[in-house]
Amino acid sequence: MALKTEQMILNMGPQHPSTHGVLRLEIVLEGEIIQKVTPHIGYLHRCFEKHCEAMTYPQVIPYTDRMDYLAAMGNEFGYVIAVEKLLGIQVPERVEYIRVIMGELQRIASHLVAIGTYGNDIGAMTPFLFAFRDREVVLNLFEITCGARMLYNYIWVGGLSHDLHPDFVRLTREFITYFRPKIIEMNELLSTNKIFIERTANVGVLPLETAINYGITGPMLRGSGFKWDLRKDDTYSVYNKFDFDIPIGEGKVGTVGDCWDRYFVKILEMGESLKIIEQALDQLPEGDVTSAIPKRIKPPIGSVYARVENPKGELGYFIISNGTTSPFRVKVRGPSFVNLGIMDVLCKNHMVADVIAILGSVDIVLGEVDR
Amino acid sequence: MKTEEEIFNLLKENFNDDIMELVKQPVDHYILCNPLKINEISLFLLSNEELLFDSLMNLSGVDDANGTSTIKEGITTIEGGTLSVYYHLESTKFRHKIILRISTPREKPEAASVALVWRSADWHEREAFDLLGIIFLNHPDLRRILMPYDWDAGYPLRKDYANPEFYHGMKVPY
Repeated sequence: MALKTEQMILNMGPQHPSTHGVLRLEIVLEGEIIQKVTPHIGYLHRCFEKHCEAMTYPQVIPYTDRMDYLAAMGNEFGYVIAVEKLLGIQVPERVEYIRVIMGELQRIASHLVAIGTYGNDIGAMTPFLFAFRDREVVLNLFEITCGARMLYNYIWVGGLSHDLHPDFVRLTREFITYFRPKIIEMNELLSTNKIFIERTANVGVLPLETAINYGITGPMLRGSGFKWDLRKDDTYSVYNKFDFDIPIGEGKVGTVGDCWDRYFVKILEMGESLKIIEQALDQLPEGDVTSAIPKRIKPPIGSVYARVENPKGELGYFIISNGTTSPFRVKVRGPSFVNLGIMDVLCKNHMVADVIAILGSVDIVLGEVDR
Repeated sequence: MKTEEEIFNLLKENFNDDIMELVKQPVDHYILCNPLKINEISLFLLSNEELLFDSLMNLSGVDDANGTSTIKEGITTIEGGTLSVYYHLESTKFRHKIILRISTPREKPEAASVALVWRSADWHEREAFDLLGIIFLNHPDLRRILMPYDWDAGYPLRKDYANPEFYHGMKVPY
C-alpha cells in the first residue's frame, strides 16, 4: 500500500536570520523535498529610483550607499562613472587609483561578511568572528579616510571628498601583510573543514548556460566556471594597469558550480584584491583629488548605461538626463536582485536545510534587492 | 564583434517595419522597435549565429512624460504620451552590445514579454509592471514584486503619481 503524501507550504522569513534581512521564501514541500521556492521581496522597498528624480546628481550619491550597504564604495564608484560618462569628463589619475584601492578594500570587506555569515548559517560560529575581526581593520581604514565606517559619500562626481590620510598608505600596507596569512587561516578553518564540505559540495549546482540566461554575474557566475569579470572584460577606471587573475570554480571537492565553488571563488578573490591594492599603492601618483569636481553638474540630454564589478556582481546604472540638474530617470541593476531570481532553480529537489546553504552562497543584501 | 550599424542593418533585413530607426545620442545609441514584436526580435538576437546576444544586462521601464500635463488642485495628470522600455543586451562570446527601445502609448501600455527568451527579464519585467504599469503580454507570472500585493494607488515611477492619503487606514504623508 502506497503512503499518502500531501504538499506542504512552508514560510521561511521574513524574520529568519538566515535570510540575511527581510526576505520571505515560500517553499512548497513534498515530504522534505522542495518542489518550488517563491521569493517574496519588497519589505525594504523605499523607491530609491523615485527619490533620485527629486535630487540633484551629487545628492544621489548618499542614497546609492544605502543600497548594498556592505559595499557602499562600489555603489558610489558605479554611479559616478555613469555620471562622468554622461558629462564626458576625465578625472585625475590619483583619483582613479584611490577609487580602485577603495573598491578593492570594499570587496575584501564585503566578501568577509559573505564568508563569515555563510559559515555561521551552516553552523560554524568561529569563522564568523574571525571574519568580522579582519573586516574591522578595513573599516578602520575607511574611517580614517572619510570618517564613516559603512556609508561613506566619499567618491564624488569628478573626484573625491578628501585626499588620503597621511597614514593611509602605511596602514594599508600593514593590513596587506596582516591579512595574507588570515586567508590561509580561513581555508584551514572553514574551506577544508569536512562538515562544511559535506554541507556545500554538490549542493545547488548551477550550470553555466542557465547562469548566463538568468543574468547571473559576479562570484556566482565565476563559480560556475566562466572567466568573466568586468574589471578585465569591460575594463573601467585604471584596472587595465594591474596584473591579477580571475579565479573560477573548478569543482575541487564536488561539481563545478556548487555552493562550495561559489564560496571558494570569494576566498580567492580576496587574495587577488590584495594584489591589486599592493600594485596601486606602489604606483599611486601625486595630484589634487578635488580639482576636477564640476561646480555645477548639468549633463546634456541623453542616456547612459555604466556598470562596474561590485563584490556581488555586475552593478549597472541606467541614467537618463533631460538637460537639468536632476536625473530624469535612474534605474539600478542590482546584482543581488538578479541573482536572487534563480533561487527556484537552485533549490529544486533539495532538502529544506539546503535552502540555507544555497541562499548563503548566493550572497544577497536586501537593501539592494528592494532598493 | 559587430558595430551597431551592422546589427541594425541585419535586423532591418529580417524584420522590415518592426525595426524603426537607430537613434544616436551623445553617449549611447539605441534601436527603436515595435513593442508587440520585441519577443520575436529578441529570439532572433539570441539565436542568430552572428549575434548570440545571450545576456540581458538590464531592462528598465521609463515614463517619457511627453504627453500633455494638466495641474489641477496640486495634482498633475498626464494624458497621451508614451511609456518606454530599454533593453541592454550583450554577447558574452562576441563582446558586442546593443540597446533596444520600445515605446507604448500610456493609455494601452502593452509590450510582448521577453521573459522566456532571457529568464533574467522575468523579475525586471515584473518590476516595470509594478512601478510603471507596463503590461507584458505572455509573461509567465506578472505580479507585483516590490510594492505590496494589494497596492491600488497607482504606479509610483510614473511622473504624475501622487501619494494616496491613506493606506490600510494609516495616514501616508508624514
